[in-house]
Amino acid sequence: MAFGVSSPTDQQVSQAEFTLRVNGEEYAVRVDTRATLLDVLRDRLGLTGTKKGCDQGACGACTVHVDGKRVLSCLTLAAQCQDRRVTTIEGVGDGASPHPLQSAFLQHDGFQCGYCTPGQIMSALALLNEGRAGSADEIREYMSGNICRCGAYQNIVSAIQQVAGDRGAAL
Amino acid sequence: MIVVQPFEYVRAGAVAEAIGEAGAVGSAAYLAGGTTQLDLMKDGVLRPSRLIDITRLPLGGIEHHEDRLVVGSLTTMEELAADSVVGRRLPFVREALLRSASVQLRNMATIGGNLLQRTRCRYFRDRTVATCNKRAPGSGCGAITGAHRTSAVLGTSPSCIATHASDLAVTLISLDATVHVIGAEGSRAVPLTGFYRVPGEDPSVENDLRPGELITAIEVPLLPPEARSHYLKVRDRASYEFALASAAVAVTMRGTRIEAARVALGGVATVPWRAVEAEAVLTGAEASVALFRTAAHAAVAGADPRPQNAFKVELAQRTLMRSLRSVTGVSS
Repeated sequence: MAFGVSSPTDQQVSQAEFTLRVNGEEYAVRVDTRATLLDVLRDRLGLTGTKKGCDQGACGACTVHVDGKRVLSCLTLAAQCQDRRVTTIEGVGDGASPHPLQSAFLQHDGFQCGYCTPGQIMSALALLNEGRAGSADEIREYMSGNICRCGAYQNIVSAIQQVAGDRGAAL
Repeated sequence: MIVVQPFEYVRAGAVAEAIGEAGAVGSAAYLAGGTTQLDLMKDGVLRPSRLIDITRLPLGGIEHHEDRLVVGSLTTMEELAADSVVGRRLPFVREALLRSASVQLRNMATIGGNLLQRTRCRYFRDRTVATCNKRAPGSGCGAITGAHRTSAVLGTSPSCIATHASDLAVTLISLDATVHVIGAEGSRAVPLTGFYRVPGEDPSVENDLRPGELITAIEVPLLPPEARSHYLKVRDRASYEFALASAAVAVTMRGTRIEAARVALGGVATVPWRAVEAEAVLTGAEASVALFRTAAHAAVAGADPRPQNAFKVELAQRTLMRSLRSVTGVSS
């Protein structure tokens, strides 16, 4: 069968049309109702900073913020996000003007391959806002939804502690 | 990985509308946090033709009454864990919540959905495996003769030994919580102790919900102010893991005498397991390690272990005993 030919299943595909608000920008999208927020971010909006790891809610690589809270974009339907405020790693900072947490990850060598890093940073930003960076143990517990297969955990904790300490000093 | 079966997405604006949409087609499902629902739809285990998004319904929020909470079914796990009354009067509920999943999942997952979460049994979740009576009634149980290290030892049947995965429900069943549901036939209240179904001959029926019924709230009695409670969860890694065994314990003490005890076990049973036999041993007795041992023994008296999960019979008892030592402060 040639690529792109409609099968009977394709004809039953249901579409959803709505506006997605990501990093302050509005995007009009029309997608298969089955599309996850993760797939729409990456494949339709070109926001590939958010990573697909396990795609089943076990690794945390796809962590984004929806209405200010950290969630897994692989287990969120894009259609559910209409009228919601989505923030991805692209909305946090970039190479020219990194967020202090991104700089801290660089300083502390908080990654090796870097694939889990956007999810780690989105999760850690939320953790700081939740007030759960009080100790290394607390950080480890509340960052446990983000798996790093390179095992950079010690340096990730150090990076978060530095930013938490800087924030505390600024109060 | 995409959801296997195409579906129609409907966003309900009112409870009555949601129920109506559910009744309109044969295989409709509600979508709340989605952490189980979408996961299993990606695996092709659940294949609804219509998905009714209920997340915009006014079913969130926690009502505080003098002797109980009424928790809206769309309250998230993180929201319930952050509730000050839960922290003060139901500390073991908070412990169970914060030891579940990850923050990301707890921000999504709702309390109603948590009660309905499906088993982690690999035979249920892998549709390329032919045998699972829960997924395909009558096909057999792959776990009984296959990999069953994490399977249940209590409440099992020759048809199914799948473990119920919820931590929260273990504490709620010990508290005699009530589930409020609404359907086409109207509203009703179901005691959580009568809500779950042990597998029996048809493990595909897991609870008392009728087709199209929607959980609207969970009513949770508060513990007396002087009660002490603890949820102890034992697992293969320190965080972000399901229980191999867990114990929810709440006691009211007078000196060293246990006046009232609520006990339930998780990670070892096909349903959240109220350990009434252990409660009977503890109630009115002088707290001692010997008493805790007798209670723990009573809790697992009906266990039906298999080669790979036989360790759970001992682990459940030790977990319960440690939890009892912790809440009573009695360790000799």
